[in-house]
Amino acid sequence: MVQFINMLLISIGAGSIYALMAIAMVLVWRSTRVINFAQAGMALLSTYIGYELIQKTGNFWLSLPLAMVLGALMSALVEILLIRTLIKHSTSGPVAGIVPIIATLGLLGLIRATIGFIWGNQDVQIQPPLSKVGFTFGAETIALSPMNVLVLATVLAMMLVLGFIFQRTNLGLALRASAYSPEIAQLAGIRVAAVRTIGWAIAGAAGAAAGLLQTVNGTGALSPDSLEFSLLLTFGFIAAVIGGLESLPGAVLGAFVLGLVLAITQIYISGTLVFIVAFLLLLLVLLVRPQGVIGAKVGRRA
Amino acid sequence: MSLSVKDLVVDHGAIRAITEVSFTVKPGELTAVIGANGAGKSTLLRTLSGLNKATSGSATWKEHNLLHGKPEHHVRQGVSHVSEGKSVVAELTVEENLDLGAIWRKNKKEAQESKARVVELFPRLGERLTQQADTLSGGERQMLAISRALMSKPQLLLLDEPSLGLAPLIVEQIFQTIRGIVDSMGVTVVLVEQNAMGALKIADSGVVLNLGKVVATASAAELIADPAVRAAYLGY
Repeated sequence: MVQFINMLLISIGAGSIYALMAIAMVLVWRSTRVINFAQAGMALLSTYIGYELIQKTGNFWLSLPLAMVLGALMSALVEILLIRTLIKHSTSGPVAGIVPIIATLGLLGLIRATIGFIWGNQDVQIQPPLSKVGFTFGAETIALSPMNVLVLATVLAMMLVLGFIFQRTNLGLALRASAYSPEIAQLAGIRVAAVRTIGWAIAGAAGAAAGLLQTVNGTGALSPDSLEFSLLLTFGFIAAVIGGLESLPGAVLGAFVLGLVLAITQIYISGTLVFIVAFLLLLLVLLVRPQGVIGAKVGRRA
Repeated sequence: MSLSVKDLVVDHGAIRAITEVSFTVKPGELTAVIGANGAGKSTLLRTLSGLNKATSGSATWKEHNLLHGKPEHHVRQGVSHVSEGKSVVAELTVEENLDLGAIWRKNKKEAQESKARVVELFPRLGERLTQQADTLSGGERQMLAISRALMSKPQLLLLDEPSLGLAPLIVEQIFQTIRGIVDSMGVTVVLVEQNAMGALKIADSGVVLNLGKVVATASAAELIADPAVRAAYLGY
């Protein structure tokens, strides 16, 4: 029984961070039709910035939102300076549409190299703001610590805020309309280019939160070639694909499905199988249901 | 104080889509632009709303230069375009599509009033506000597309083939509604149509396009009576 509860707790904890990353992937995909491989690098850089802020202020609670704001700015700049131009210039020819995606791969490498240049290739360590020892009930310690609760609460709060923005505000309406039908959005008076940048900015903030929370929730160690961040990108992408790549609720659901499958594997089968299962799941979804679990809109109107 | 198009030239890459097109539209009038498929009708509208770029010539609405700036600027000057093919966002609800049309308007109270008027004009939409737009019938979608444009408080409304793919009875209803919009709201309308007879019947004047060139401009009644136009576009 305790094992089962632990499995659920682990899946929810992991799933919530994948969800942030998946949301970032979906936002970027919806606003510019680009798969942003640099998302991991941008999240990593934001996390390093978060690390610096924590060093300077000694306050995690202040540093997290600040890192998110800086992550958003950075992401907006990437869209304005790089992606916008590349999309404009790659409308024809054999590589049309691929150029911006390849460019994000290049950017990923560039960011990692730059981080190594600035902070060195040794690990830096972020102290967790809360205890990572699980709560105990009698003799049993469960897989839920105050730190886990913080992560869950933060992710939940962010999802509620995002949900509110998307469903209840004009900005959300503009973001959705521009994603589904840029031409009609433009005819309705929406400045689509600006809305795209905002989409990237929100993705940058979500990525920064995912990176920082993942780090303090994990070992706290940070390095330029961090495997954790590559996995974060990959798992976020898998979750987004399970959710159909177009849908924010789909991405969140996909993240929790992935978290659950991985937790079941880890607890009941073997921890060493986690990656194999994750990638098999990705291939399975692509083979069987490429439109995603929620993505019912197969032949979406142009 | 009107729509004035002069020597307009539009190219699609190496292909000339519109060649030296000139015509004027008086305020408060309905002008039908008719012609066969590929005559350049849609390109003309897309250029006037800022979706396509002109090669040369001029197009002004009142003092506003339509060849300069993007659609999001023109819509703020009272120029609304309903593009071809039921221009609604299928993934949004009916009400969201309506709100979309008023999204740039600062005065939210006025926007609410526009919505009330639109729902009065199309009660069917009022009953379906919370439904997703892709659950609507073709005719309802076209009504929603026009309503979305009306939510932008247009003075000049550019309509591209509103009859496309609709049953004759619905087409008649849509055409009557368009005439109603001109008469009751004082909106100036440019209506692009392949259904030449239906369009000319409700129009004040007409422009006939062929292969990107204007071949006739006259009052709608004159065009209907013109043997050459009848033979080429009205089918009898």
